[in-house]
Amino acid sequence: MSLLSPPLRWLAFFACLAATPPLLRLFGVDGGGAVQIGALNDIGIYLILALSLNIILGYAGLFHMGHTAFFAVGAYASAILNTSHGWPILQTMPVAGLLAAFFALLVAGPIIRLRGDYLLVVTIGVVEIVRIVLLNNVFDLTGGANGISGISRAEIFGLRLTTPADLFYLIWAFAGLTVILCSLLENSRFGRALKYIKQDEVAAAGCGINISLYKIQAFVLGAFWAGMAGTLLAVKMRLVDPESFTFSQSVMLFAIVILGGSGSIAGVVLGSFLLIGLQEIFRDFSQARMLAFGAAMVIMMVFRPQGLIPARRRRYDLRGLTGVFPRALGRRGGAEGT
Amino acid sequence: MSLLALRNLFKTFSGLVAVAGISLEVEEKAIVGLIGPNGAGKTTVFNLITGNSRPDSGEIIFDRRPITGLPTHSIVRLGIARTFQNIRLFQEMSVLENVLSGCHCRMRAGLFSSLFRPPSQRREERAAVERAMRELAFAGLDERHADPAGSLSYGNQRLLEIARALASDPRFLILDEPAGGMNDQETADLMGLIAAIQARGVTVLLIEHDMNLVMKICDKVIVLEYGAVIAEGTPAQVKGNPQVIDAYLGSDG
Amino acid sequence: MQEFLQQLTNGLAVGGIYALIALGYTMVYGVLKLINFAHGELFALGAYLGFTLLVTLGLSDFMGGVGVVFLLLIFAMGLVAIAGYFLERVAYRPLRQSNRLAAVVSALGASIFFQNAMMLVYGTKALVYPGGILPSVVVSVLGVEIPLIRILIFASSVLLMCLLFWFIHHTRTGAAVRAVSLDQGAARLMGINVNRIISLIFLIGPALGAAAGVMVGLLYGQIRYDMGVGYGLKAFTAAILGGIGNIPGAMAGGILLGVIEALGAAYISIAWKDAIAFFTLILILIFRPTGLLGERVADKV
Repeated sequence: MSLLSPPLRWLAFFACLAATPPLLRLFGVDGGGAVQIGALNDIGIYLILALSLNIILGYAGLFHMGHTAFFAVGAYASAILNTSHGWPILQTMPVAGLLAAFFALLVAGPIIRLRGDYLLVVTIGVVEIVRIVLLNNVFDLTGGANGISGISRAEIFGLRLTTPADLFYLIWAFAGLTVILCSLLENSRFGRALKYIKQDEVAAAGCGINISLYKIQAFVLGAFWAGMAGTLLAVKMRLVDPESFTFSQSVMLFAIVILGGSGSIAGVVLGSFLLIGLQEIFRDFSQARMLAFGAAMVIMMVFRPQGLIPARRRRYDLRGLTGVFPRALGRRGGAEGT
Repeated sequence: MSLLALRNLFKTFSGLVAVAGISLEVEEKAIVGLIGPNGAGKTTVFNLITGNSRPDSGEIIFDRRPITGLPTHSIVRLGIARTFQNIRLFQEMSVLENVLSGCHCRMRAGLFSSLFRPPSQRREERAAVERAMRELAFAGLDERHADPAGSLSYGNQRLLEIARALASDPRFLILDEPAGGMNDQETADLMGLIAAIQARGVTVLLIEHDMNLVMKICDKVIVLEYGAVIAEGTPAQVKGNPQVIDAYLGSDG
Repeated sequence: MQEFLQQLTNGLAVGGIYALIALGYTMVYGVLKLINFAHGELFALGAYLGFTLLVTLGLSDFMGGVGVVFLLLIFAMGLVAIAGYFLERVAYRPLRQSNRLAAVVSALGASIFFQNAMMLVYGTKALVYPGGILPSVVVSVLGVEIPLIRILIFASSVLLMCLLFWFIHHTRTGAAVRAVSLDQGAARLMGINVNRIISLIFLIGPALGAAAGVMVGLLYGQIRYDMGVGYGLKAFTAAILGGIGNIPGAMAGGILLGVIEALGAAYISIAWKDAIAFFTLILILIFRPTGLLGERVADKV
């Protein structure tokens, strides 16, 4: 889908999004479109999470199904700092990210060398352990099953964010930043190293890539970003509780990345809109909704296992670099024998 | 002084002795062939040198420095690059990106400069792409730079592996059956390429079953059998060695 | 001591159930290198089909005791085996050649599908197995009072496992199953119909899972549409504990996990019961990454 690749098209995409709240109001959608904007806010948070998971799962190819754990650490860190220590909620964001990153470092260290499926199960276990820890109110910090409520509203430059539309701009600005950073990452030495590791670890090590180090870095970076997304959730819900961080949420994120196109930013964006957006649209049919969703996942994988928008091979700027270097044999390249 | 020396290396796999006390030396800027019947332990020796597996005992010395037990990525940084017997390219990535992977260990950009792109990062990236294109041209594959590696012919995939290895700026290049699966013309080209690599000052150690290639381009040949060196010398010396004929060449016709 | 033995027998009964489910995971993983995420749902489906037979079709009105349980097991196992067979044909076979992640997502999709199908049919509330199918007798063994049902459940799970073990090790088809899990390509060259063996595995595994489902219904009385997730994760943990792909390993791992969990819940804290299983898993993978009886799981680097 070449529609979404060049920067201009991304710009157009985000411009259309930015125009959505005023347009909804203009056309007199019920309640100024609060429901629709609320749905877009959900999509935005999931998109940020899915892009951060994409670093670990899409680029580095690590079967990580525990991303919710990092999200939860971030959200709780923000909630605690805000309600117990009076920090303005948005200022907790870097700390939320760092704590999630630190947690990822602790977790990743021992398990990073596990083979794919084992990693999958261990990361699922980590999500469950985190949820149980939260439920049991360990350290008397997390409020048990009720979670933490009464998180204050976010303020930017003295401006209070009160309506869904206010939050919309906050969340989607952050999502836009995430898209930019991810595409920079993807096309760099760091991003390439992750992709080499995904394709063939032995060959990657043979190219001088420190496999474990890069895997851990991917984990920590993805967790950092998921932790910051946790702050956004705390801002949006003004409440965090263990039931917001379930295994099925991790599954949803995993599915967004794989269905959208693992390692492809446009794919992850589309995946977030489809999976989260359709869920919101079909909320009224909630009985059969998840049934169809499950069936759709199977059908998608059977007919399009590479995802909706597979990652594209990058083109490099080769001006002045073609046809100028000497050949060892003077032979023209690409003569294909059999 | 030799560039690489193996001292009394041992390696067993669950009781099976693969390498039984091998000592050998590779002189700088030479082309050395490692030959022997299947299962003689040749690839195991390569894996020990490149850190893909660890010896049970013994020492590996590269450029007067022990490298035994170092991780593969550190060994590559020191200047030892390799190709694989069962081609291990990044099949779905472009030919150019495959060679860029070789440049990885000579680049410095970390996570932060990858994200924030200071001028130094951009210069380094440009230089790496240039180096990669230079190596692709050297191997004669530059026109295929945008194709996925998996779409190349078998022979060209082997050349691409060599280009990738060269991009890491090695002093020592290890080739595991470089002519495997190549036709006569491709093998002839390969011999030219290996000679050109030697001319660049790179030392080459190779495993090869194509005796014609080994005898023509190697300065020294080392013969393994049952995980031990049974003969070494110039191609002519080895060819005439009765033990070798008995163990290997004889049985091979 | 009394308390300890109570918990121990409780753990053995639950462990037998975990082991039965774990066998399905481990056999599928052995041949396809795939975590069949829908397996937990097949187990739950077994529990529900048992319920339908028992209550809706009124089986318990006709007869009582061991005969009912036997029929129940046979029917639930048979029906779920068929579901397992179609699961493989529809959701996994077309993906045999694609990358592993696609199959994992397909498995997750199938799991979501089954779970919600059960929710639609049976509702979100827990259903109650009628009591008194098996006499609620307490047996006194060496001075310890043990409910008969625990003994029966443990005994029948062990019996099923022995049958499986005998089948795998002493029949021609069993040998073919072992061959396929060692090396599919070689097995095909030896004239083994690999697809047939895989189908067979998707009949046997879910059937054992269904038996476990019925046992949970009988043991605890309550079943829920989403119970497959929890039991599934535990059973998979058990499979890894024993070394995945390893059939005796899954049996041992399941029983061990059941015991660890029961003792942990009793002596540490009931609130941490579910976390104990995962902590055990993580510790095992860190300190003995082969599982207790299994192959190595950390990648060669």
